[in-house]
Amino acid sequence: MGFYFAQFLTGLANASSLFLIASGLSIIFGVTRIVNFAHGSLYMLGAYFAYTLITTLDAGGFGFWTGVILAALIVAVIGAVIEILVLRRIYRAPELFQLVATFGVLLIIQDVTLAIWGAEDLLGPRAPGLSRAVRIFGEPIPEYDIALIIIGPVVLGLIWLLFSRTRWGVLVRAATQDREMVGALGVNQRWLFTSAFMVGAFLAGLGGALQVPRESVSLLMDLSIIGEAFVVVVIGGMGSVTGAFVAAVIISVLNAFGVLVFPQISLVLPFLVMAVVLIVRPYGLFGTAASAHGPPTVPEAPMKPMSIAGIAVVAAAVALVALLPRLDDGFILVLMIDVLIAMLFAASLHFLMGVGGMVSFGHAAYFGLGAYAAALAVKALGLPMLAAMAFGPLVAALGAMIFGWFCVRLSGVYLAMLTLAAAQILWGVTFQWQSVTGGDDGILGVWPARWASSKPAFFYLALVLSVAGLVLIRHLAHSPFGYVLRGGRDSPIRTEAIGIDLRAHQWLGFILAGAFAGLAGVLFAFSKGSVFPDALSIGQSIDGLIMVLLGGVQALIGPIFGASAFVLLEDYISRLDYWRAILGGVILVIVLAAPNGIAGGLSGLWQLVRGGRKTGERA
Amino acid sequence: MLTRRELQMALAAAIIAAPFAGGAAHAQDPIKIGEMNSYTRMAAFTEPYRKGWELALEEINANGGINGRPLEIISRDDTGDPAAAIRIAEELVNRDEVVMLFGGFLSNIGLALADFANQNQIFYLASEPLTDAIVWSNGNKYTYRLRPSNWMQTGMLAAEAAKLDATKWATIAPNYAYGTDAVAAFKEQLKALKPDVEFVEEQWPTLFKIDAGSTVRALEQSKPDAIFNVTFGGDLAKFVREGSIRGLFDDRPVVSLLSGEPEYLDPLGDEAPEGWIVTGYPGLAVNTPEHDAFETAYVDKWGEAPKTGSVVGYNSMMTIKTLLEQTPSLETDDLLATMSGLEVDSPTGPFFYRPADHQATMGAYVGKTGMVDGKPGMVDWVYADGADFLPSEEDAAKMRPAE
Repeated sequence: MGFYFAQFLTGLANASSLFLIASGLSIIFGVTRIVNFAHGSLYMLGAYFAYTLITTLDAGGFGFWTGVILAALIVAVIGAVIEILVLRRIYRAPELFQLVATFGVLLIIQDVTLAIWGAEDLLGPRAPGLSRAVRIFGEPIPEYDIALIIIGPVVLGLIWLLFSRTRWGVLVRAATQDREMVGALGVNQRWLFTSAFMVGAFLAGLGGALQVPRESVSLLMDLSIIGEAFVVVVIGGMGSVTGAFVAAVIISVLNAFGVLVFPQISLVLPFLVMAVVLIVRPYGLFGTAASAHGPPTVPEAPMKPMSIAGIAVVAAAVALVALLPRLDDGFILVLMIDVLIAMLFAASLHFLMGVGGMVSFGHAAYFGLGAYAAALAVKALGLPMLAAMAFGPLVAALGAMIFGWFCVRLSGVYLAMLTLAAAQILWGVTFQWQSVTGGDDGILGVWPARWASSKPAFFYLALVLSVAGLVLIRHLAHSPFGYVLRGGRDSPIRTEAIGIDLRAHQWLGFILAGAFAGLAGVLFAFSKGSVFPDALSIGQSIDGLIMVLLGGVQALIGPIFGASAFVLLEDYISRLDYWRAILGGVILVIVLAAPNGIAGGLSGLWQLVRGGRKTGERA
Repeated sequence: MLTRRELQMALAAAIIAAPFAGGAAHAQDPIKIGEMNSYTRMAAFTEPYRKGWELALEEINANGGINGRPLEIISRDDTGDPAAAIRIAEELVNRDEVVMLFGGFLSNIGLALADFANQNQIFYLASEPLTDAIVWSNGNKYTYRLRPSNWMQTGMLAAEAAKLDATKWATIAPNYAYGTDAVAAFKEQLKALKPDVEFVEEQWPTLFKIDAGSTVRALEQSKPDAIFNVTFGGDLAKFVREGSIRGLFDDRPVVSLLSGEPEYLDPLGDEAPEGWIVTGYPGLAVNTPEHDAFETAYVDKWGEAPKTGSVVGYNSMMTIKTLLEQTPSLETDDLLATMSGLEVDSPTGPFFYRPADHQATMGAYVGKTGMVDGKPGMVDWVYADGADFLPSEEDAAKMRPAE
């Protein structure tokens, strides 16, 4: 009995930590609709500042708590700076574009933190006066855990007071429900958003600062918390602080008991719970349908079929690319193969997001499924390369069929989160199932067949398959099927009303996107000669999102620009010191200068040039 | 719009081709060697390693290089991603035309590079990866490994663990190949030495996300006589903190892999556990003439004490120096032939590369954790020669795939 109670209390203490960071994320999302990927970075900064303050102040209990609060305040100011400099300028950009911007911020903060505090983990002091354990039912419980168990609900109460008893809180709640109306009533939304972002950042900083007595402060804190924070926010319902609290308790307590029965479970447990909750309650426990979507976006220009001249230009471009092996210096082709694979992957994601209106945070699942299926087909089934290449996309399509069936029942951010859960569960299985997938040691020796093993031969194979895939995706987007998908994206109700089974179409779209991603994964496996769980990690999914959003969601050509820019940029920049900060900076510049992505920026420029010429003619 | 794509391609080609300049090799041309490691992803572990090989490189070139030719290391960040590592390896081998590759910290990147080396017929010296697979189940002709492996270091610990009168053991290890392999190797070797041991509990926390409180409770519940730990970094700090506050380590011996390495021990500060049986590196406390020379040079150059990675980085370069001095030519076949059985002198003593399984016999230090001059360090340590903890060359050869 005592043992289980102690385990329960441990779970509650973890829940408090998780709640602090998740509540801030939830508030930011609720008000600004920003999926703040840099929230983990704010949490990490809170921990680093608290470490520095506590060790410098070195003044017992008073110094400790002052340090914690000061650290959280500093992080709140940093949050305000981020909001004013970056996010404020792109609220009107397409939904989720801010995700890429916050990812850029995350990269910059990572390198700045490394430069300031160094690479080594920092172990702060324990909380003065709370450094021992007390016995409850004969079991030792750390005093600090009990303090955390109290702090969590206290913060929840304070947030509740702030939101229900102050004018600011009323305005924020109003903005959460109907932003246009609040604006129409003359409320200055800019400062409302900035202050809400500050509150969120403060909570993240507080969460990080309070971790100092529990764990060492390290550069890995940001990415290790952000996944779970998202999960908690989604389970609770985006924008609901109470929901975040309940969800944090559920996850942490389940985990505390889960490790007793099946220790490996902690890898996927949060994502399993999230998947189950979303299937049963599509908007999380306390969320509403309104919480699923960001601001309405500017409707995009209708798609036009490509003109004869356009087709000629594309054909010429492909022909030019096909001449690249003549220029090869041993590396150009390698890089180009990576670019082609990235293009196909990004285009498949764009088909899902841009055409189908279904945002996926876990598209890497199908890329990885294709790669693993091909690798296993070669290694375990002994299939030749071409057969394995056909097998990969089929398995990816099958995976997309299973997960897609659940995903298309949701919409907006919840759909995105379910795709993320699917990808994380698959990743966990791949990571864990060592006898089949080799775990994180991966599958080695997946090299192309002899006839395709020379670089030019494999390059042509990749070129043919990628171009075929890209043409097919474009063709699909222009087919009646593509029109139905876009209709469903722009107005699901009207689409259903004219007698179209939208879900079935979306499901098929999901499967097709999965198959194309799988094809990209197959090419990836053979080009690298090995497959590791990284192929279906969150990182791979985010790379895809960055490519699509950088390229521009509203143009079919976008992913091609985005993928080339991203791969070439990353390859070039990783030679430099502090390349993450540089990459983050470049992302921010593109995001701020071209909020519709590279394709949008270029066509804007084109309009400008053409418009300028016209006026010139008139004059 | 699409003409811009062409433009972009051409621009890309230009950027990529810019640093490329051809020319025949002259006697004074540097010997180019490719190196990569997870410098951003694993900065705390790879920085000392970089400082180690940079010191050795400086010394080699100050003494006239290799037969009059200076050494040039092209060093890259593999970003912690095996796919990126392969791409960089392609560039180093095909465009920069390096003679060989070395480096790697993460096991999966080491395995990917080893497989790449095999496919592209280039010599790869795996400096840091610990996985046994790299020389055994996935071993190949083109790959050698320097650092004492998982099997060797768990063997050193199993020898110490067998001396304890503990029979009921619990294990805690991060939930990925390194952790599972280490636990399996420890179990096998301890059981061989002491057949009556039993393992009563296993915990597999997620790497860098340990739920330390719950894990400690679960270990405590099984009431083991002793604990075998593989966690490291932030996980270890959390585990130590939660474990000591909850009395998990009271009157209970802990055997802990790699925890004596300064990279793992230093961040724990005055909370570092005392009396744990560990493998590691005592740093400045090693007092042999060869080590003193290395230590002085290192402290002079970097202003800090060497860590385990520093030794591995330094010994990698010592291996390369010895190899290049002895090899008849820079052709891969000659490099491989010279590597087989190559004897290398190093700050931690001489070692050689076993012909049968390509594993170096470089050893590690085994001792207990304790406080040395107010800082956490190793006490009562001895140097365990790697050769004593490897299976016979015959048995090792059987574990490798046929060539």
